[in-house]
Amino acid sequence: MKTIKEIYESIGLPRLIIGLFFICLVVVSIILGFSPAALFSDVVRRWLMYGTLVLAMVPGIQSGIGLNFGVSLGISAGLLGSVFAMEISFLRNWNEVLGAGAPWLTLLLALIFGIIMATILGTLYGLLLNRVKGSEMTVSTYVGFSVIAFMNIVWLSLAFKNGELSWPLQGQGLRNTASLSGSFGGLLSNPDVVQSTQPAWLHWLAFKIGDFTLPLGLILVFALLCFFVWLFFRSKMGIAMSGAGENQLFTTSSGIDVDRMRILGTAISTVLGAVGIILYAQTYGFLQLYNAPLMMGFASAASILIGGASVRRAKISHVLIGTLLFQGILVTALPVANEVIKIGTLPEVLRIIISNGIILYALSKTKGGNQ
Amino acid sequence: MNQKTDFFKKAGSFLFDNKVMIAFAAICLAAILLSGSPMTFIVDGVFTRITRNTFTVLALIIPVLAGLGLNFGIVIGAIAAQIAVFCVVYWGLGGFGGMLLSVLIATPLAVLFGYLVGKLFNRMKGAEMIAGLILGYFADGLYQLLFLVIIGGVIPVDNPKLIISGGMGVKNTIDLTGNLKYAIDSVRMVDIVTVVFYVVLAVTLIKIILHLLKKYQLNKGDFIFFGIFGLLFGISYIPEIEKFLSTDRLILLDALTAVLIVLAILELIKIIKSIWINKEPLKTLVKPIVTLLVYGLIYALTFIPEIEEVLSYVKLPVLPFLLIAGLCWFNQKILSTRLGQNMRTVGQSQSVAMASGIDVDKTRVIAMIISTVLASWGQLIFLQNIGTFSTYGAHTQIAQFAIAALLVGGASVQKATNKQAIIGVILFHTLFIVAPEAGKQLFDNAQIGEYFRVFVSYGVIALSLAMHAWTQFKKEVQPPTGGADLEIPALPAVTVKQQTLK
Repeated sequence: MKTIKEIYESIGLPRLIIGLFFICLVVVSIILGFSPAALFSDVVRRWLMYGTLVLAMVPGIQSGIGLNFGVSLGISAGLLGSVFAMEISFLRNWNEVLGAGAPWLTLLLALIFGIIMATILGTLYGLLLNRVKGSEMTVSTYVGFSVIAFMNIVWLSLAFKNGELSWPLQGQGLRNTASLSGSFGGLLSNPDVVQSTQPAWLHWLAFKIGDFTLPLGLILVFALLCFFVWLFFRSKMGIAMSGAGENQLFTTSSGIDVDRMRILGTAISTVLGAVGIILYAQTYGFLQLYNAPLMMGFASAASILIGGASVRRAKISHVLIGTLLFQGILVTALPVANEVIKIGTLPEVLRIIISNGIILYALSKTKGGNQ
Repeated sequence: MNQKTDFFKKAGSFLFDNKVMIAFAAICLAAILLSGSPMTFIVDGVFTRITRNTFTVLALIIPVLAGLGLNFGIVIGAIAAQIAVFCVVYWGLGGFGGMLLSVLIATPLAVLFGYLVGKLFNRMKGAEMIAGLILGYFADGLYQLLFLVIIGGVIPVDNPKLIISGGMGVKNTIDLTGNLKYAIDSVRMVDIVTVVFYVVLAVTLIKIILHLLKKYQLNKGDFIFFGIFGLLFGISYIPEIEKFLSTDRLILLDALTAVLIVLAILELIKIIKSIWINKEPLKTLVKPIVTLLVYGLIYALTFIPEIEEVLSYVKLPVLPFLLIAGLCWFNQKILSTRLGQNMRTVGQSQSVAMASGIDVDKTRVIAMIISTVLASWGQLIFLQNIGTFSTYGAHTQIAQFAIAALLVGGASVQKATNKQAIIGVILFHTLFIVAPEAGKQLFDNAQIGEYFRVFVSYGVIALSLAMHAWTQFKKEVQPPTGGADLEIPALPAVTVKQQTLK
């Protein structure tokens, strides 16, 4: 009996409920006759799509700033990077000059732009968060909202030549969703795109096994990112950062600059946010501008909490489990809801309830994350 | 010389204390000038929005007082109101009776919700704002579940006007025309006067009965009070006045004149009192007389044709403004009650409050209940004025905009007053009205103006939260690791004192 109790305690009630719910949904959808292979392809795709954004939560939590709802800052940097990269690729006509290499270069440029901007913004943001210790989450939420609102103005004022990005016949303002099909959309994850645009020696990036799609390229990139973060938290600096997040007084007395660690953690979180949104967009196939990223910070925070993190401690395994469960439920709930009760909006409602419910639960567990 | 520096110092601190408000007023002024919209349009729009939103903004003040910060949980009050409105519309009721029924349904719901929110916040002390924000989203999810799935899906509801064809879920918008639209706005002044008179009559009768039963001592004030209302009621039977009062809208010019007359009379009474009763030196009269002159000047200004045109164009619904005034009065009066004092103490320091024997948790829950109930009434005023109930959207932005408005008025996480709320609503909604037009003039794109006002509403909250956290953090840092340690030993000492007193 003791072992069962131990297992229960190590899993925790919310994960148990959500995990069982996920399994139920999977069973029901298979009974209803949905192809398990197609279903799991979708689950895997969505898992990787959101994975990096959720990973961005780890450095924030570990360095002691709590759930970084201001990851929108990194998201905006990533979007801005992608938009610039696409415009440059259009102006230089890379698609004709470089052929199959064009999407790669665009992706690389987007990442470079995004990371540079995210580093600068993240450092400034870290400086701000050091001045509002104790209320980081409230402040970061509204900083995130403000940034998205500000970016709305930027999107509306940019005058780009690329027809995929800008509204036709207006000369000013970008589209709400820009298709990436002519650019790096699906480059790492969509078998059709890989097969049609890339040379044969790159066809392993994404392929089909029966009905099941295996986006090997994306899996590799995501695994590499997870590995880097894991490695970082085993380095001297990473351990110092975790210490700074855990106990500020103790860490200060042992000679670690807590404020610097927090800035570093915030900056890494922001950079991962930028990389995350670029990977998200490449998997999704569309660049979502304007208000689409408004609540992404909440979804990412909810995912890592579902995975078992608290607002003070987080591990890579929390990212993997949490994203799988959360996105898995949302993916499987849609066909089930459509089939059983014929309400297409139910998964959206479910998403709101689960994500905010789990954040509330985590906040109540730790008294709001105050030390 | 000394006086001069003193004046500058004062002016400087005034500017510093009101920096948010002044900066915002400057933005508003610039936007008004840029937009080139006619003043009649702007003033009319602003007053419409004051009618709709001020009540909700005022509902935020009590939690600030009790140290709960800005109550993002008012969304839940709005949800209570919307459930009530749906029921009333479904039952086919309307008019003022329907509105009263909505209040009767919404209030107990809001009390229950407020109680639960208060309990939850007691588990998350120090993180009420982020919890409230997330709770708002969570409640929105449950609300959507209720309106999309449960109504029609679980509870059979058959009404093609309200339900999506297919029998499950409530439609996106519910038209309130013909039932609850203007249910509060269109109450005639003459009816208000009559009801108020009968209420005063009833109160006076009860007082007389209590006096006869020797449980209450009647005094002169009671009769003067009754006399004034009796006189007002009597006046309302004079044909001209009755005709004037039988409308439901008051022209802004008349309202302004009436307010100025009342204020002037009060000021005159003060002057008379200080000369003949208190026999104070004439020097103290300078201030009241200047005030009177200012009133006179304002009245004179209304004769300038441009201003007169604007003022006589705008028509105010009477009852909402009376309700807003009533809530201001309530917020002010609660400060002098025992409960209000307790809330203040809890807001300043929970450990001090606990030490002086105040039930901190209970006080906080009461503050949340009051705020939630007021927010639900505020939402009822909002919906009946706007006339269409957008089922899934009406409540989502309510906390966001109300809080932004309050902060624009110069309030902070720890301090908020009626005045700040009202100034905030005026400034915030002025910007809302003129921003699209200003954006169009400036950038040739109205959308930019719209996004700009959203940015401002988020930005002002971010800025003010950050500034609050910054000052809090500075306070904590300056006495090195002090704060908490100093407070804890104080606790047992005082409780021991209380025990010995018993």
